[in-house]
Amino acid sequence: MNSQAIIETHELSYHFARQQVLDKVSLSVPKGSIYGFLGPNGAGKTTTIKLLLNLLYSSERNIFLFGKDLQKSRIEILRKTGSLIEQPAIYPHLSGRENLLNRAMLLQINKSRVAEMLQLVDLQENQHKSAGNYSLGMKQRLGIALALLPDPELLILDEPTNGLDPNGIIEVRELLQKLTSEQGKTVFISSHLLAEVEKMATDVGIINRGKLLFQGGIQKLQSIKSSYVSIQVSDIIAAANTLLVNGYEADIIDETIQLPFSSREQMGNINNLLVNSGHTVYSLSQTKQDLEKLFLSITKN
Amino acid sequence: MYPFLISLQSEFFKTRKTLAFLSAILLPLLLILLISSGFYIKAEKMAPYPPIMQWIHFTGAFLGVMGSLLLPMLIIFQTYSINNIEHGAGMWKSLFSLPLPKWSIYSSKWVYSVLLTALCLLLFVVFALAAGQIMSLLKPELRFDEYNFAGLLFRIHFKMFLASLGILSIQFLLSLIWDDFLKPMGIGFLLLIFGVICINLKWEYAYAIPYSQPLLALMNIMDKTKPFEMLTREVYISLGISLITFVAGYYIISKRSIK
Repeated sequence: MNSQAIIETHELSYHFARQQVLDKVSLSVPKGSIYGFLGPNGAGKTTTIKLLLNLLYSSERNIFLFGKDLQKSRIEILRKTGSLIEQPAIYPHLSGRENLLNRAMLLQINKSRVAEMLQLVDLQENQHKSAGNYSLGMKQRLGIALALLPDPELLILDEPTNGLDPNGIIEVRELLQKLTSEQGKTVFISSHLLAEVEKMATDVGIINRGKLLFQGGIQKLQSIKSSYVSIQVSDIIAAANTLLVNGYEADIIDETIQLPFSSREQMGNINNLLVNSGHTVYSLSQTKQDLEKLFLSITKN
Repeated sequence: MYPFLISLQSEFFKTRKTLAFLSAILLPLLLILLISSGFYIKAEKMAPYPPIMQWIHFTGAFLGVMGSLLLPMLIIFQTYSINNIEHGAGMWKSLFSLPLPKWSIYSSKWVYSVLLTALCLLLFVVFALAAGQIMSLLKPELRFDEYNFAGLLFRIHFKMFLASLGILSIQFLLSLIWDDFLKPMGIGFLLLIFGVICINLKWEYAYAIPYSQPLLALMNIMDKTKPFEMLTREVYISLGISLITFVAGYYIISKRSIK
């Protein structure tokens, strides 16, 4: 077992009735990292998180957190873990403050921490309002405050930026980066947005249809991930032929010509070639791979 | 034990402003208030009766429906409300991901349901006794103050409480497993009707049906040919069913995935 791994699973599999949801997923989340757990909806992210928190029943002993067997040391592990799963779970008839007070009571945490959390997630003004009347962003911020309340060593967050406005997303990102860099905490965060994970994660795991397709540092992911040039022209077939004749790997996808990106100079050359060949270029841009194309790249590699 | 106590404290904190808790106070308060109003207005009709008969008429007005309908329905509603707080907000996953033993979360909810039922029945006794004393002061022909009915009234309610624990544990488990109102409510109501029918048909094994037990317990008390006995067979069976369902419920919860 990796002594530096805060979360470790060994060929974790899970199925609902006959449907295989997870297939031999072996996670290794380094201490002090922001581990982005990336995958489209239905890939198995939430199931993995629920297994990590012992919410889904599994008789197998292949989940280890803080180097300890989850089945054996559930309470000890959960004492050091804060979590937010799917939609923030809050009592709508209680105010934001009461939700935090209730959690503080259950975890035997000093009430002064409640005020700190309200300040941290900017809910002081609305702390006495019923949480049921909060906006989705406010509920999400309250969910994050609940997860952070016990000052956990490990934070497990399932799509925490759902419903947040751009400022809120930046604030959450900065908060998580601060927690790992200044306080040495480990963050396991799931998302279906590649760009979001790229902006904050130090390590990435990519899951699709229950299988872990990739796991490693963010640099390793960048080396796999490639960009492409997307071109819109007046006569798409003639322009693609021009590019092919001149040695470019052009392809027509969704009414645009696409070819692998190599440099900005390459883009200039393509533009000159098309214009000089009498084509009208409407747009020429560099496009980064989306999650779907990244899966294809990973599978190819 | 400490996790259990803080879980229990949290149950009160969460429900103190909801109907789950308030119903335990409002039901006896409003019902006694309404019945007292009727007795106060028609006090002259009670005047010929001795004090003990006045008490029997007064408490009989709500005790009759208590065993057959009121208490089982209150239990069905309260057990649903206590569990629905978690179902409604998707809180089970949050609750079970806290560093608390699963048994403390489960048992604190069950004990809280038991305490709410006990509180409700206790308040019926307290409010009825208080109403009797107040009416005696306001209307001299009502002589509730001339007979001490407290001991018997308390014993009647305590016996009904014990006889209702079987229903409570079953309804608690049904409400825990299902997140909608109709299933536990529908099954509870159906079994309650079945229980009452079995008593009406004088079926010899009706005492074994949890939903018949509060009414049977009450009927045994009212039977003037028998002395008052607290632990009758329907009470024993109610306690047994309650214990078995409580343990089975914990086993189900501990092995169940939280969706």
